Amino acid sequence: MENTLIEVKNLEKYFEVSSGLFSRNKAIVKAVDGISFNIPFGSSLGLVGQSGCGKTTTARALSLLDPKTGGDINFYNTETSSMQSIDELEGEELKKFRRNIQMIFQDPYESLNPRWNIKDIILEPLNIHNIGDLKDREEAVYEILKTVGLTPPENYMPRYPHELSGGQRQRVSIARTLIMKPKFVVCDEPTSMLDVSIRISIMDLMLNLAKDLEVSYLYITHDLAVARYMCDRIAVMFNGKIVEIAETEDLLNNPIHPYTKRLISSIPIPDPSHKRETYEVNFQELDSLIADNPNSGEMIEVSSNHFVATHDVKGIL
Amino acid sequence: MNILEVKDLDMSYRTIDGEVEAVKKVSFTVKEGESFGIVGESGCGKTSVAMSLLQLQADNGKITNGEIIFNGKNIVGLNEAELREVRWSGISIVFQGAMNSWNPVVKIGEQIREAMREHYPDKTKDENTKKIIELFDIVGLESSIIDRFPHELSGGMKQRAVIALALSCDPKLIIADEPTTALDVVIQDQILKEIRKVQDVLGLSLIYISHDIAVIAEMTDNMAVMYAGSIVEMGKTSKVFSDPKHAYTRMLLESTPSIVGPKKKLRSLDGEPPSLINTDPYCLFSYRCPNPDDNCQNRKIEMKLTKIDTDHYVDKCCVNCG
Repeated sequence: MENTLIEVKNLEKYFEVSSGLFSRNKAIVKAVDGISFNIPFGSSLGLVGQSGCGKTTTARALSLLDPKTGGDINFYNTETSSMQSIDELEGEELKKFRRNIQMIFQDPYESLNPRWNIKDIILEPLNIHNIGDLKDREEAVYEILKTVGLTPPENYMPRYPHELSGGQRQRVSIARTLIMKPKFVVCDEPTSMLDVSIRISIMDLMLNLAKDLEVSYLYITHDLAVARYMCDRIAVMFNGKIVEIAETEDLLNNPIHPYTKRLISSIPIPDPSHKRETYEVNFQELDSLIADNPNSGEMIEVSSNHFVATHDVKGIL
Repeated sequence: MNILEVKDLDMSYRTIDGEVEAVKKVSFTVKEGESFGIVGESGCGKTSVAMSLLQLQADNGKITNGEIIFNGKNIVGLNEAELREVRWSGISIVFQGAMNSWNPVVKIGEQIREAMREHYPDKTKDENTKKIIELFDIVGLESSIIDRFPHELSGGMKQRAVIALALSCDPKLIIADEPTTALDVVIQDQILKEIRKVQDVLGLSLIYISHDIAVIAEMTDNMAVMYAGSIVEMGKTSKVFSDPKHAYTRMLLESTPSIVGPKKKLRSLDGEPPSLINTDPYCLFSYRCPNPDDNCQNRKIEMKLTKIDTDHYVDKCCVNCG
């Protein structure tokens, strides 16, 4: 098997919610409820599902923005050439480690500080992590702007976010992410706010950068067609759990789980001659699969690298 | 028979930077029972067209030229009282994000009855309620929703209720402006089905506005592609998809990923849509055109939708493209 970059085991993120200001009754929302996956070096995993299924919560837990409440996240440590749990990291070590994981957010209009110019926005992570002297940092900003296609860089460095279009802003977000030379980037719907003509250029940029800089992505999207374009593998999430995970084409051509089938059959096809029919949810195939594999645990491997969840979704699907 | 004929419609917004020509020389017709799609990117003028049809444009917007002939009568320049006859009971609209436009402190049923009272002052509350229950049935809502408040409904249910509201005064034409944009794909699929069913059952005409070419492919018989305030290509949906003529239409088609068919390289487009202040009458796409010819580059040909085939029109500049 390829070298694993990140390994997620039974990741849990529970939120306590109280029903009122003075209420003692606490309810627990299981936003992410025991999900597991691996991402090999230089590979990208798509995480798809409807809003509220826990995609963004997973992203925030993985990028260490919010602490997880259970499970393990193991990361390949290049210094020791072995897998290391992020729980073992503290203080300076953790800060250093954070450089390896970066995040690109959905809204390029809200994720850039409107009072800072582009140079300062991209410079900030270098300042925080105290990398190089000022001259090195400015050179790095110059180079990264060229990499993300904002050329000539000297024209963009003094400008402010409001002077840029949505696509250009998202390029700035990507530049700020990549200036730390991360190995792993969590992308939370980075193109859903952009127009189609601009969307593809951002997606292509990200694909090329992944190849050139050996970056792996966790790519979160609600759009399976986008995930197909961007990702080697796709995990389908429903109600806080992964219900199916497989190589992209395998998942689209041979979906097993009723939720995956329904999701796939709901996507409009840009071809008027194509007659699409929405899948009527039924559990026959899944039930017989579970019956045939009585000791399979939570996931059944139906074919090479294609896993289907066995937990009960009747009544909520 | 044509239920709607739009002829040479111009609409502009007055701003401090100048006059923004949001809709330029737009002409199209919608037949009875037909579903007509308008596709384009943000800022191309699709919503401005929709608002012009009902003359609900913002205060700084003004129709400067053209006719909107609805049911045989030009409705441009009618006064508010006359327009009220047309709005809702002639043409109704499902706005983008309309599900968030419910009044949070009034029950759903009462809000629909309010619109019905305005148009049918003679009908009793019970008659109106009965009608709402029928409409809820068509859009897939239970009758108990009438007594619910908006916050008790999910996004999809609220959007269904909006469609019921749009149907409440028996319109002949419904404008759906990105009715599923904020919704999940599974819910979007259900709403699209409801809209199609409503159209079938009630024999309505539909104008469907979207940025998503895949939804337009599934929902419409005929379509128009808008760019920078103008229609650049128009025709039977199947024809526009199978034989796109305008460079911009081709770009739209080639930049949309799909989950069926072989995985192909998608094309992107450099540049930005132009500013619509003080534009000239020539093809505004020429600045971004991937392979412009001399005519295009010299900007000699005035924009004009030209017939190239039965049910297929393209802007003059691109008649001989590709």
